[in-house]
Amino acid sequence: MPRSDETPATALKDDSQLQQKTMIAEHYRRLARVALTGEKNVYTFVPGNLTELLRSFDLLPVLPEINALQSAMRGKSRDYIAIAEKLGHSEDVCTYVKCDLGMMKSGNVGPTGEPLPKPDLLLLSYTGCFTFMKWFEILKAEYDCPVAMLHVPYQADGRVTESMRSYVVKQIREELIPTLERISGRRYDEDRLKELLRNSARAEDDLVFVLESAKHRPSPIDAYFGGVYYIGPIFTAFRGTEGAVAYYRALRREVEERLAQGLGPVTPDGELKNERFRIVVEGPPNWTSFHAFWRMFADAGAVVVASSYTKVGGVYDTGFRHDAEHPIETLADYCMGCYTNLGLPARVAMLTRYVEEYRADGLLVHSIKSCNSFSAGQLMILREVELRTGRPCGFIESDLVDPRYFSAANIKNRLESYFQMIEQKRAGGVS
Amino acid sequence: MRALDELVGRAEALVRDNSLPSVRRWKEATGGAAIGYMPVYVPREIFHAQGVLPVGIFGGGENLEIIRGDAFYQSYICHIPRSTIELGLNGSYDVLDGMIFPAICDVIRNLSGMWKLQFPAKLSRYLDVPQNFDPAIGGGFYRKELVELARELHEHGAKPYDAEALRASISAYNENRALVRELDALRRREPWKIPTSELYVVLRAALLLPVEEATPLFRDYLGLVRAESSRRPLDQARVLVCGSFCEQPPLALIRTLERSGCYIVDDEFLQIHRWIKGDVATAGDPLDALVSAFLDDAIESPVRYIGDRAKGAELVARVRASSAEGVLFCAPSFCDPALLDQPMAVKAIDAAGIPWTAFKYAENNGQFQVIREQAGTFADSIKLWSGV
Repeated sequence: MPRSDETPATALKDDSQLQQKTMIAEHYRRLARVALTGEKNVYTFVPGNLTELLRSFDLLPVLPEINALQSAMRGKSRDYIAIAEKLGHSEDVCTYVKCDLGMMKSGNVGPTGEPLPKPDLLLLSYTGCFTFMKWFEILKAEYDCPVAMLHVPYQADGRVTESMRSYVVKQIREELIPTLERISGRRYDEDRLKELLRNSARAEDDLVFVLESAKHRPSPIDAYFGGVYYIGPIFTAFRGTEGAVAYYRALRREVEERLAQGLGPVTPDGELKNERFRIVVEGPPNWTSFHAFWRMFADAGAVVVASSYTKVGGVYDTGFRHDAEHPIETLADYCMGCYTNLGLPARVAMLTRYVEEYRADGLLVHSIKSCNSFSAGQLMILREVELRTGRPCGFIESDLVDPRYFSAANIKNRLESYFQMIEQKRAGGVS
Repeated sequence: MRALDELVGRAEALVRDNSLPSVRRWKEATGGAAIGYMPVYVPREIFHAQGVLPVGIFGGGENLEIIRGDAFYQSYICHIPRSTIELGLNGSYDVLDGMIFPAICDVIRNLSGMWKLQFPAKLSRYLDVPQNFDPAIGGGFYRKELVELARELHEHGAKPYDAEALRASISAYNENRALVRELDALRRREPWKIPTSELYVVLRAALLLPVEEATPLFRDYLGLVRAESSRRPLDQARVLVCGSFCEQPPLALIRTLERSGCYIVDDEFLQIHRWIKGDVATAGDPLDALVSAFLDDAIESPVRYIGDRAKGAELVARVRASSAEGVLFCAPSFCDPALLDQPMAVKAIDAAGIPWTAFKYAENNGQFQVIREQAGTFADSIKLWSGV
């Protein structure tokens, strides 16, 4: 059976990538030891994750989406998905769900090769994705554990109303916090939460600096493929921790140094020295052929200068920071502000702004079969951004973690055509 | 032509005409605004109370040629949004003053934003409904959503909100829903008298009419089928059809299931008629009454969080209540709510020892031979082997 074409051992990484890899691996090892340490864990989702709140109760977050993408990068997702489909899960639905279920049925072995613990609580942070609700209903039946639902209203009109905020705040204050007290055996400690939120804001400052460094020419970072490493700690289990603060400070220094030296981003094959194309990407990456996908860009001299995927676990570049003075309200605002919780007009406006502010050559939509939250409406987004910016937009398709839907030749052809289109546009004198 | 055939024929003609002729007629006669709504549930009473005609929008069906809609959606997204966009762009929905997109799934949610961009002059509203069912939390949020909806309707030409008018509208819809319950009860008792393919067009046509016309339509239909003496029971399997709550199956598919040997004794088509199980209270604050009905008296659905209750238990109860002998899982392709829910529902159905089979469709399917054979074999197996 064909396997992932990944060769991560040979891919070059900069120091920050190695550092975040170490952090995440240590977190998985800690999860594997909970039977010995007695620590409790909570499964939850990346968008709308309440990591600071969980950490304030000494609860360890587990992110099933991250487990799924890790499984894909390790070449395991094909078999996991097959297990779920044999159990009756449709080929039409989200492959993250099926990969996670297949992993669970195969012993729930995490990326470090050690088994992950069963959840003490499923925190259904229902933010920006309908599938989350079904996912945790499925897991609830499998694990027979409690579920805490946090319903986060959708920003259809691109704004958070007092009614929406109050709804989320009440759920956190009156339902979630008592549940976390019961699960953890600890009382809610607002001072501790505030301390964690202050750490979050510090890390968020540095993350925004890093992401916005791509406005320079040449960009010192790749804000999509490289970006997924940069968002790793803050989108997963570490927001609010001293470790995250240290990581983002170190990452910022690394990027500042690259800026000072006029260096391009680090790709799997080393530094990209000739920035030919500056692209904004909409949609998540493919994880089964992540490095091969990245190389298609790097080989063409294409750098992703901004992406929507790096906003899926929080939008910080419009000014939002976790506010320790209003700890529950700020968590509510954070949840409602995640990218996939924004209405399409707001998404179009954000991507248009990225194309213009980052002086990009155009927008490329990477459409994911599995993810209707992202994908439904992307063809319209593409046309709107093209209309508003006058810059060419391109479209490719694959999947998150199902290797059956990654057609390398097809994607490469389309990318080559897209880059040619940009060149033709340039030759025509259009910026 | 017999009166029953004439009534059903008139209903089917309304359903098949995507240009919404009944809505145009109503607007010409009243000068009121008409607002479309997508599946599965909106509180129609609020629209009615403010002089607005709520219009059920359930996709383009099997006869609509999709020309521009496919340019808006990838191949792996269900069919209903592309036919809805198609009908918006080809002018069929010009008669509508706006659209409401209830919280069903990410596709319909995102369609609300597409509509805003595509039809900026019209009302386009996403109606968020609570997944928290505590009256003080989810109930409070939903009430404010309803107040906001009423305000926006007024901004778009409707009468202002009036509590007394809303109470009257609740009464009108209670009467309407009571007749649907009566029709459903008769279908459960004597499904040969009310073929589901017939009931379906009557119920769907009603969503294109003001409630003042829909209620007499139900009453007339009920009287006619009760009086119909030529319809005799056949040796068909009684089945519950599950999963078709948003994108609707082609009418020919429902007829195919019946011709294959099935009596459909319960289904999830056009759920807005059955979303609220009983009467909405007419005393007290009418907005509170609508909120309470939504929180406490709504059916279970894959689009509604069920908390600690056991998944599939209500489906098993419906099978028992309707004396169904089997379940047909009949979901639209790429329908996240239906297809993600299905394995859990199957597990409950299996555990209860109820036979089932599953297939998928799209609203524009035209070939049903495979489904006919599958459903026919299923019906035969029930008649031949159940209880052996």
